[in-house]
Amino acid sequence: MNVKQLKLGVFLISLLPAIWLIYALFTHQLGVNPIETLTRETGLWALKFLVLTLTITPLRWLVGWNFLASIRRMLGLYVFFYALIHMLLYLWLDQFFDIEEIIKDIIKRPFITIGFFTFSALIPLVVTSNNAMVKKIGGKRWKRLHKLTYFIAVASCIHFYMLVKADKLEPLQYGLVVFILLAIRLYKYYFKQASIKVHTVKT
Amino acid sequence: MLIRKKRLGEIAASEITDYQTYLNRRQFLNRAAIAASASMMPLSMAHAASEPVPTFKNLIKSQYSTDEELNTFEQITTYNNFYEFAVNKTYPSQMATNFPDNSKPWRVVIEGECDKPGEYDYDDLVRPFSMEERIYHFRCVEGWSMVIPWVGFPLADLIKRAQPNSKAKFVEFTTLYDPEQMPGQKRSVLDWPYTEGLRIDEAMNPLTLLAVGLYGQELLGQNGAPIRLVVPWKYGFKSIKSIVRIRFVEALPVSAWMKAGPREYGFYSNVNPDVDHPRWSQSRERRIGEFLKRKTKLFNGYGEQVAHLYTEMDLTKNF
Repeated sequence: MNVKQLKLGVFLISLLPAIWLIYALFTHQLGVNPIETLTRETGLWALKFLVLTLTITPLRWLVGWNFLASIRRMLGLYVFFYALIHMLLYLWLDQFFDIEEIIKDIIKRPFITIGFFTFSALIPLVVTSNNAMVKKIGGKRWKRLHKLTYFIAVASCIHFYMLVKADKLEPLQYGLVVFILLAIRLYKYYFKQASIKVHTVKT
Repeated sequence: MLIRKKRLGEIAASEITDYQTYLNRRQFLNRAAIAASASMMPLSMAHAASEPVPTFKNLIKSQYSTDEELNTFEQITTYNNFYEFAVNKTYPSQMATNFPDNSKPWRVVIEGECDKPGEYDYDDLVRPFSMEERIYHFRCVEGWSMVIPWVGFPLADLIKRAQPNSKAKFVEFTTLYDPEQMPGQKRSVLDWPYTEGLRIDEAMNPLTLLAVGLYGQELLGQNGAPIRLVVPWKYGFKSIKSIVRIRFVEALPVSAWMKAGPREYGFYSNVNPDVDHPRWSQSRERRIGEFLKRKTKLFNGYGEQVAHLYTEMDLTKNF
């Protein structure tokens, strides 16, 4: 399997949740409050793709699957795809584009506030996701900008945690996974720093 | 030959079940289940168990009923918050199909500050009261609502029989605690058993109902069988399900939700579009089955009957 085929496969598989949701909507399989189900499911899929995106780099470090780098961008774009539908469902079917209500909601409701900022943080990442933009900005700055992903991951978990009424188990599970994925990075970062220091002391 | 093509999303005519057929099928299934279990029982017991499931007839129509369009039986029985079974809203309907276990008697204790306490079998408890149909608005704290044709009797009728004394300022209700029957209780999502409370004058209000059925049929497990509270001007969680204890108390009872989130769930929990839940707005609601949202009404539209209970109160503080 070459990279092209891998990308096509990932592209199609990642579309499946959206296709399933549309099919389920038209075959009345989303329960008696389909709008709520759609909003929740698209939010969850955005979070799942975010977790997948964050898993790529640790996998490259730990098992050396470098070919995964080629699908990371696509997975990241799918985070945006599902988050965009999630956001549009809120703006349209929850608020009916009532700007005044939406602004009130964003200011007043902490979990909406966090959700709003999380979504906003995705936008610069999407805009700078093509090769031309990487070149334009420069690799180093591009990398720094895309560290925003870590903020997005943490904020998404907080958003999920805050909207749940009583059973915090599911958001905590996502929180734990994100924590581990970020902790691996922190560990690697400090380990690397330390080894550099040792090196400089020697010379 | 004429072949009718099925369009995307269309339900085949054969899949549509009218309400009566639905009931008959349920009854058939119930009987089949009873027959199956009866075959393993001594003869005398089997006879008692094979009595058909009673369906309420000649219900008194209530002046308090709304004439708004009802939500369907399917909507009311498949979209339920009942954390004793599961924390999502579709599983309770699948997990509570055999609830309550008919082999165990359902006992209700009436106790506390009253002259006539007692412990009753469910049948003895409800026998003295004449059943009414009450079509009420039901507004969940999460922002959705339904119109439900309950079957039940005023809680006031039961309270009068228990004869509360002058110390009875509040009524506290408790749900069954039985993790074998209610698997959701195996996890400490809330501080089990679920409890709720009303001020005595709220409990005596003619709107406050003890429901035992809906759509003319006995309550299903997911709706709080065999007996539950319905307080239509308060958020749905106040309408405690599957009650086993009613206690008259002097001090304000702390409910399960007040324990879980004292900043978010107050004792009164009256439906109020101007007092937001700290994490979401309460100004509008989605009626299940509708696309657009409706404006939420103060006291869920029952102000005429209940506003006088709260005249001296700051509803923002006493949320």
